This record gives sequence, structure tokens and C-alpha cells, in this order.
Amino acid sequence: MTMVRAPSSDLPIVFAGVDIRRGATVLLRNLSFTISAGPPTVLVGPNGAGKSTLLRAAMGLIAPTSGGITWAGRKVPSPTGRAIVFQRPVMLRRSCAGNLAYALAAAGVVGADRQSRLTDLLRIVGLEAVGDRPARQLSGGEQQRLAMARALARNPAVLFLDEPTASLDPAATKAIEDLVRAVSDRGVKVVMATHDLGEARRLAGEILLLHRGELIESRPAQKFFADPVTEAAKRFIAGELLV
Amino acid sequence: MGGETLSALHLLFTGDPALLAIVRLSIAVSLSATMLAALLGAPLGALVALTRFRGREVAIVALNAMMGLPPVMVGLVCYLALSRSGPLGAWGLLFTPKAMVIAQTILVTPIIAAITRQTVEDLWAEYRDELTAMNVGPIWRVATLLWDGRFSLATAFLAGYGRAAAEVGSIIIVGGNIEGFTRTITTAMALETSKGNLSLAIGLGIVLLLIVILVSALAMTVRRAGERFAG
Repeated sequence: MTMVRAPSSDLPIVFAGVDIRRGATVLLRNLSFTISAGPPTVLVGPNGAGKSTLLRAAMGLIAPTSGGITWAGRKVPSPTGRAIVFQRPVMLRRSCAGNLAYALAAAGVVGADRQSRLTDLLRIVGLEAVGDRPARQLSGGEQQRLAMARALARNPAVLFLDEPTASLDPAATKAIEDLVRAVSDRGVKVVMATHDLGEARRLAGEILLLHRGELIESRPAQKFFADPVTEAAKRFIAGELLV
Repeated sequence: MGGETLSALHLLFTGDPALLAIVRLSIAVSLSATMLAALLGAPLGALVALTRFRGREVAIVALNAMMGLPPVMVGLVCYLALSRSGPLGAWGLLFTPKAMVIAQTILVTPIIAAITRQTVEDLWAEYRDELTAMNVGPIWRVATLLWDGRFSLATAFLAGYGRAAAEVGSIIIVGGNIEGFTRTITTAMALETSKGNLSLAIGLGIVLLLIVILVSALAMTVRRAGERFAG
């Protein structure tokens, strides 16, 4: 993988007393934690816990209602350096390669460099054979991999992934997880939401358990699974429903 | 009636010069008007789709309502504006093909603008998160939405052309139906029918029908191509 890391990083991303509300609904409540360089940080929790909202806020797409977020000490994130793959990524109405070319152009990659990066990214995500196919006609797993490639086109220092394997079959899930490991091994900070505990065990270096918009527990993955502190974490790991 | 139809077919298959001249002018006027309408209507539709301003809902209702503008009303307004004593009388355009193009442009622009508005707004709802995350600027966003909506917009263009090609009300008022100069398929049909010259009217009617069918087939082909090549 010949990815070149972004020259400046947005890490650490610091949440300080962050509240996010939509009308009367509290989406995130008084969140304080830090995302630092290192192995993947995995957000776990039931549906509606606030995982996607947290990712969007960390990406800089949603502003906190109160509290503050800083990126490497700055109140405004750099325009590049971060990328996100949404739970249901939208494919632009063009070919697989066309989607990537668009993302590379948006990231400011121009000239001959664009074609070589495009070829490289297609190879990284294993989509060389379908480069000319309309992106919207790819399978769910292929679309996820293309979305990952589009995100990597930004050469991010931090990559946010929102349930990247939701509704994928085991083979497609493995392909995505292998890609996440490869990206992480290259020094890209992966911050990922999942409600699949097995996936969290396989990938996480650090776990953040969210429930009803609150951060319930935040620990290194091994400790979280071996020795959870809170009652909610114990129940969640035991497979009980958090409602 | 059978004899009139046979005469009409004879005119068509022998390539009657008068009939061909009328068909050529009709296509030129309607195509010019539709292209002008696309240049005006597509950016207008995109602007309404992507900006939030006071009275936007009213503007959308007005835009949609203007899709059904009565051609005679448009013809009358254009006539008043272009007549010698009107505000644009100095241009000397009344009873010329240019006046007909202006009238049809006014008729078609709302159709293209309204369909563009809907297409771009739907696409924006779908693309917003991705384009925002990719840090795509406003002008590039508009270009992206217009390009990705190109197959729907081509259908809008063809719908506009169909409307222009088939209307008679406005161009007969501002064009005057002058033989060899501003006579089009629809105005000639109206005149020839009133004169009882049914063979030419039927011949022109067949051509008009073929044009409308061709436009419809093109619209379907464009849509299919969109599904096949862009997903």
C-alpha cells in the first residue's frame, strides 16, 4: 500500500463537555474524551446510542450545542486530513473509477499523479476489475470498499467509519476488516462505530461504550472485554439488550 | 378523407418543398427556444433547489404553475412588448422567427427550471453528506449535481422541446403565420384546416406526430442509457 500520510494531523481530537441536541432530543450528553494516535478506537453501543452523531461531530460535520471540540488544539479542523465512510455511502452516478477520480480531484490531487493514485487505490481495495462499471451497480461489499477508497483518496490522518460492515456477508466483512487493519497499520487513526461485538474484539485497540448519548465506559479493548467496570458494559458484553 | 390522406402522404414522400420549408422552420424555432430555455432554466432551477430564501415555497409554487402557462397569454404579452408602441418595439422583432423563439423560450423555461429544481433538490438530499465530507465547494457542487442529473435533465430538455414543437397559440400571435417566413407546422395546420386544404394539414400533422413520437422515444432512450451507464 503506497499511501502517503497527510503532512499535518488533526490529532488529538478532544471532546470537552460536548452536548448535541436536536430540538428537545439530546443526541450526545456531556461527552469528554480524547481520540489519540494509535490502534483503532471502536465505538460500541445499541442503535440510537449516538455513535453516528459522535463520528459526524468528530469529523466536523456537526457543531456541538454546548461544550467544545478541538483538533490538534485548533477549534476549526483542517479542510483535509480527515475522511468518513457513512453507514450507507452514496455512490455518485458515474463509474467506479469516476467516483475515485472525483474524490481525488476534491482532495486536490491533479495531473498524472491522479491517475497513478487512482490505479493504486483501486488495487488497494481490490476493485481493479470493476473500475469501468457504474458504481451504483456494484454489490454492497464492493460499494463499501469503493467508499473506503474514496475516503483514502483524501490521504487522511484520521479515518471515521460508520458501521462499515453492517448488512454485509462474512466474506465482504472480512475484506473490509482486512482493509481497516491495513490502513491502521499504515499509521492512519481509525475511529469506527459498530454494534458487532465480535468485530470490536477483532479490530479495537480502544473501546468507547455509548448508551443514550452518554459515554458509559472508555478503556483499552482487552481490559474492556476482560474486566468491564460498569454494569452496563458487563450486560452489553454478556449479550444482554441495553434499552 | 381517404383521398386527402393519400395526397398528404404523396406530399411527404415526394418531399414537397413548401412542406419541408415549414418543417425546417418549425424545428429551428423550437430547438432554438428550447436551448435558450435550458441555458436560463437549468441554472435557475439549480439556484432555487440549493438556496434558502424568504418566499422560496411561493417561488416553487409559481415555477410549477408556470409550467402550464397558456400559450395565447404568452403570445399576447410578447405581442404587446414587441409591437411598435411596446417597450421592445424598437428591436423590430414582431412577426419574425426571433419573436417566435422569444415566445417559446418563455413557455419552455419554467418547464426546464421546474424539472431541474426537482432533480437537483432530490440529488442534493442524497449527496449532501458525501459532498460536504469531501469538502466540495458551492460552484463545484452545482456542477456535480447538474452532471449527475444529466439524464433527467435531458428528459426535461426533450419535454420542453415537445411542448414548443406542439404549441400554436403564442407563435401565431407573434409570428403572424407569414408564408415562407414565419409559417410553422402548427400555424400552417391551423390555417390550412380553416381553408379546407386538408391534405397539407394532414401531412404536417403526420410530421408533427412523428416528431412527438421521436422526442418521446429519445426521452426513453436517454433514461435507459442513464440507468445502464450511470446506475
